[in-house]
Amino acid sequence: MNDAPKTGWLSRLKAGLSRSSSALTQGINDLFTKRKLDAAAIEELEEILITSDLGVATAASLTQKIAAGRFDQEVTSEEIRSALAAEIAQILEPVAIPLELDTSHSPHVILVCGVNGVGKTTTIGKLAQTYVETGKKVVLAAGDTFRAAAIEQLQIWGERTNCPVIATELGKDAAGLAFDALEQAKSMNADILLIDTAGRLQNKTELMAELGKIVRVIGKIDDTAPHSCLLVLDATTGQNAHSQVEIFAEMIDVTGLIVTKLDGSSKGGVLVSLAEKFGLPVHAVGVGEQAEDLRPFKAEDFANSLMGLDG
Amino acid sequence: MFDGLSDKFGDIFDRLKKRGALSESDVSEAMREIRVALLEADVALPVVKEFIDGVKEQAVGHDVLKSVTPGQMVIKVVNDHLIEMLGPEDAEINLAATAPVPILMVGLQGSGKTTTTGKLALRLKNRDRKKVLVAGLDVARPAAQEQLAQLAKQAEVECLVSVFGEQPVGIAKRAMDTGRREGFDVVILDTAGRLAIDQALMSEVADIRNTVAPAETLLVADAMSGQDAVNVAKEFNEKIGITGIVLTRVDGDARGGAALSMRSVTGCPIKLMGVGEKLDALESFQAERIAGRILGMGDVVGLVEKAAEVVDQEKAEKIAKRAMKGQFTLEDLQEQLAQVKKMGDLGGLMGMLPGVGKMKKQIAEANIDDRMIARQEAIILSMTPKERRNPKLLNAKRRKRIAAGSGTSVQDVNRLLKQYQQMSSMMKKMGKKGMQGMMPGGMPGGMMPPPGMKF
Repeated sequence: MNDAPKTGWLSRLKAGLSRSSSALTQGINDLFTKRKLDAAAIEELEEILITSDLGVATAASLTQKIAAGRFDQEVTSEEIRSALAAEIAQILEPVAIPLELDTSHSPHVILVCGVNGVGKTTTIGKLAQTYVETGKKVVLAAGDTFRAAAIEQLQIWGERTNCPVIATELGKDAAGLAFDALEQAKSMNADILLIDTAGRLQNKTELMAELGKIVRVIGKIDDTAPHSCLLVLDATTGQNAHSQVEIFAEMIDVTGLIVTKLDGSSKGGVLVSLAEKFGLPVHAVGVGEQAEDLRPFKAEDFANSLMGLDG
Repeated sequence: MFDGLSDKFGDIFDRLKKRGALSESDVSEAMREIRVALLEADVALPVVKEFIDGVKEQAVGHDVLKSVTPGQMVIKVVNDHLIEMLGPEDAEINLAATAPVPILMVGLQGSGKTTTTGKLALRLKNRDRKKVLVAGLDVARPAAQEQLAQLAKQAEVECLVSVFGEQPVGIAKRAMDTGRREGFDVVILDTAGRLAIDQALMSEVADIRNTVAPAETLLVADAMSGQDAVNVAKEFNEKIGITGIVLTRVDGDARGGAALSMRSVTGCPIKLMGVGEKLDALESFQAERIAGRILGMGDVVGLVEKAAEVVDQEKAEKIAKRAMKGQFTLEDLQEQLAQVKKMGDLGGLMGMLPGVGKMKKQIAEANIDDRMIARQEAIILSMTPKERRNPKLLNAKRRKRIAAGSGTSVQDVNRLLKQYQQMSSMMKKMGKKGMQGMMPGGMPGGMMPPPGMKF
């Protein structure tokens, strides 16, 4: 993925995050214009972090780190925010890894999965656009054979990005479609095959098994494929994101995450605890509905924006 | 929606149960943990505080301290308060307006508006005998209107034909005109997903509202939503004025704290909940059910429904009848295993049972998992039909063959046969006693839920 001009990505992310982080930073500002960091202040700080979906455990450990050495001292909100941003950036730094393509694979197969409504198809459209712009030959596979008009939705993205879309009828076997798509992508000499899948809740055993089948079937053509299995997460999701990552990663070898809808008022703070617990790479974030709104994930920028600090 | 809260509350209340009397500090301690549990379940912070205050006031009272089992009393207070805050549950869709009654569907991207529109159309058509027209106002997402058209076809309701380039307000007007002209009872308007902070799109939906004056404006929201759900609900309510909430993906394993947040902050009732991918999977809101799941008392309703969904009643009754007469065969056992398997992941199933949350580890260690059922099935499938009907035929040589055929050991085969015999004789006994209401598709012996877990 190409880096866009830094201002573009940063201002977009910040435009999105600032609305959300304004509540967060406002909270911290109210708390410490200049105040003693006592037990009550620490508890309030912890609560503010919890309201950003960081989760109870992560909020507690972050607060403790911040409080260490500062307890009972006069602190400013600026100081607290910088310290928090630095801690958060440190947690996120190891997972801020761009999606690498292995050009020795022909094609490099990317399977995109996630629960319903997180934005899988839109993300595929954006990825396709990005790769096409860098001169790659991209083929799309409409593997959501369940939801009404999911195939049409991907086909429209195919038209927009000038990528061939391999599709079948609604209700047909998704694994079979994936198999056909890989064969066709090979014969077309494609660089990248992006496979869409139907949204599935992670506690539906049969649907999860179907996902496993897709992976197995693709492996019959190319036993190294799929080369990337991306799990798409919705930034508005709360702590259930943990269950999503855990169970999807159990079923298939999830290689990385993409976080969508970060342009809303939700903070995506769950990413911090996800990074701590699973350490899965976060490849990109979605900050808008346009193709160029899919951006590489950068730990420091994300942490600073979350805390309302200038990058 | 089980794991976290159930486990946590289970721990807390277990401790309370063991104490004779409750002091204020006991209650305070429990409340602290309940607070954490609720936060982990994505209940928004202000709502958690409100909840805790309300419960504490009721719990640290005369009644509690003087009651026989204070712990149980606290559970009841917490549960009642939760149900009260989640309720009411009899909030029906308001159709008391001049036909065609406009219903406006709003929400964030990907919350499930279009699917819910299809489900609601089907429900109003079947349950309320209404003539329903649906109209897709989502001109932003590719193929959104096509999706609604396909869902309408499945639900066998009319869908407004889309005109290329027409804008949402125009579509809404045309939908209402069509509704009036062609005598529809209800017109459901499915809008595009939008961020609550997107001023332009929020004023667009306000325009639509002003144009059609909906009898219902339903906020469609995901049960998996995080802390921000409270802001989203507040914004939509302030800018557009919602009249009800539809909670989607209740069939997932999210703890669903967002439901409590949104209900509390908007004051609008949760009217419906989406419980599956099929078009008829839309139900009236059941506060008790959600509260029960949150509090770890198990989603018994969900379990029974799931069982009813997959268990072939006729077959189950036939098996039960034969079992009573002592004619329970290995074929019947296999049929039962298949039905248990159809109910899905055994771990998830167990999670629906009251009090099982904490036993998950033991269950995992006992190896009662889906693979075990698959193995047992494989053993039975490796037998000849004759052997399945008459297990007495199974001598050592045959057992060896079956073990090889199913990829198991002779011990595994023996264990299954022993289980089968136990079940068979137990069922015969039950038949003789004339016990009624035996659970159809009951679990094989050794897999019976431990005592103390009641359905």
